[in-house]
Amino acid sequence: MARAVTTRHKLTFTILGWTIGFLIFFPILWTFLTSFKTEGTAVATPPQFLFFDWTLENYHEVQSRSNYMKHVTNSVVISVGSTLIGLALAIPAAWAMAFSPTKRTKDVLMWMLSTKMMPPVGVLVPLYLIFRDWGLLDTRLGLVAVLTMINLPIIVWMLYTYFKEIPGEILEAARMDGASLMKEIVYVLTPMAVPGIASTMLLNIILAWNEAFWTLNLSAANAAPLTAFIASYSSPEGLFWAKLSAASTMAIAPILIMGWFSQKQLVRGLTFGAVK
Amino acid sequence: MATLQTRATARFMMSPAVILLFLWMIVPLVMTLYFSFLRYNLLMPGTEEFIGFLNYQYFLTDPAFFTALGNTLMLVGGTLLITVIGGILLALVLDQPFFGQGIVRLLVIAPFFVMPTVSALVWKNMLMHPVNGLFAWIARSFGFQPIDWFAELPLFSIVLIVAWQWLPFATLILLTALQSLDGEQIEAAEMDGAGAISRFIYLVLPHMSRAITVVILIQTIFLLSVFAEILVTTNGGPGIQTTNITYLIYMQALLQFDVGGASAGGIVAVILANIVAFFLIRLIGKNLER
Repeated sequence: MARAVTTRHKLTFTILGWTIGFLIFFPILWTFLTSFKTEGTAVATPPQFLFFDWTLENYHEVQSRSNYMKHVTNSVVISVGSTLIGLALAIPAAWAMAFSPTKRTKDVLMWMLSTKMMPPVGVLVPLYLIFRDWGLLDTRLGLVAVLTMINLPIIVWMLYTYFKEIPGEILEAARMDGASLMKEIVYVLTPMAVPGIASTMLLNIILAWNEAFWTLNLSAANAAPLTAFIASYSSPEGLFWAKLSAASTMAIAPILIMGWFSQKQLVRGLTFGAVK
Repeated sequence: MATLQTRATARFMMSPAVILLFLWMIVPLVMTLYFSFLRYNLLMPGTEEFIGFLNYQYFLTDPAFFTALGNTLMLVGGTLLITVIGGILLALVLDQPFFGQGIVRLLVIAPFFVMPTVSALVWKNMLMHPVNGLFAWIARSFGFQPIDWFAELPLFSIVLIVAWQWLPFATLILLTALQSLDGEQIEAAEMDGAGAISRFIYLVLPHMSRAITVVILIQTIFLLSVFAEILVTTNGGPGIQTTNITYLIYMQALLQFDVGGASAGGIVAVILANIVAFFLIRLIGKNLER
């Protein structure tokens, strides 16, 4: 029996919930609004909330200078590239662990997880030197490689928890019907696993898009994704609030929307299946 | 069921991921370990020599290390305090039925998807600016003196920003845990005359305890490595008031080019993180057995 909910109770929580939601979301909303102001109105006191002359000037300006599109392309290449390579490595591994588990499977999973616990700064020095010697500093290739390895444990884990939920009997049936391993993967497993793979992909693109340790340390002008581009506004340029807001809005909008779609997978992915 | 052949195939399918990850972990780590015993500065090439534990001695007795360690603990502890308590309260609210619940949920989790450099700069400039910032305006409207956040409370300002980014994570996980709570149990307790507060303390909180532990451990892993927020707001300053261990090692490595010293610091950071990781791995491992 569901508990009776009084209208008053519901109204109280509607007001409370919306107030909290609004306050938490406010910095993002404020950035969005500021991006349509002129630099003058952006710093005006008292602040202008809605009734100002809306302008698209900042968006034009950000896009026209500072190779903005290059940074967008870098972000896309790095986040999508690292996720796709990660999936290519992780799908077979997770498949094997989910469907032909051995005594050591659990240890392997745990060990993979433990690599994620290593603080990036612990390997900053050697990685920087390797990158310098191999000419990988400030290249997309280098960042794709690093982000692939960083997110690989999460990808394997997420896929593993999804694959675990596919009944093994179906695979056995396919095997008895004479399906080869390749056929088994292509015709049986893949269709059932696609939703899991898709959400894994989504979450990892988000994580890679927002990664801001390696991208800041290993990139300069050429390979810098949006995280590093925005960081350049910390210099005196940060005084241009309206432009900072326009650049920020463009940097976060696509990923925010993707994030909203992946909110359920977020819990599973970031807790390594410990909370579902 | 698993034949020898499938087992061999399985091993073959796992090997690329396992081998790459193994190399990714072990090669840099061994190099860090090796460098940490050398005198090695990129500005003085050719002077590398083995100096035993001297780098560790310098790193661990440097007053900056203790400041950074303290800052790291404050940053992790402060953020955890805000996000866990805030997350529990938010989860309790979001668990109640109300109009537009789904939309509010989206609003609440939004900060998690904002890249760290954006959230740090937006907070620093547009909200916390002592003259033109929104907080300053609010303070003045109520007749208070605006706070110069990054001059007066630099570390707390960073805690606030980081907490804003991680509150959604805590809320979402605690909410997931809360929603799996058995409604009948709560009803039974209600009938037995348990008030809202005792229901929370004796039923809800124990039920959420595992999720709370997971939130604390996972956030700790990530919070130990907070970097971008510090880089774009304070550069570790004023002085070293907002320098955490990660930032300290970064400065040694990429600003002072002291490879040996930074490597020793890196190993110390790995050890610190491993202490946390040890508990987290055990907790998740337990879950895997069920």
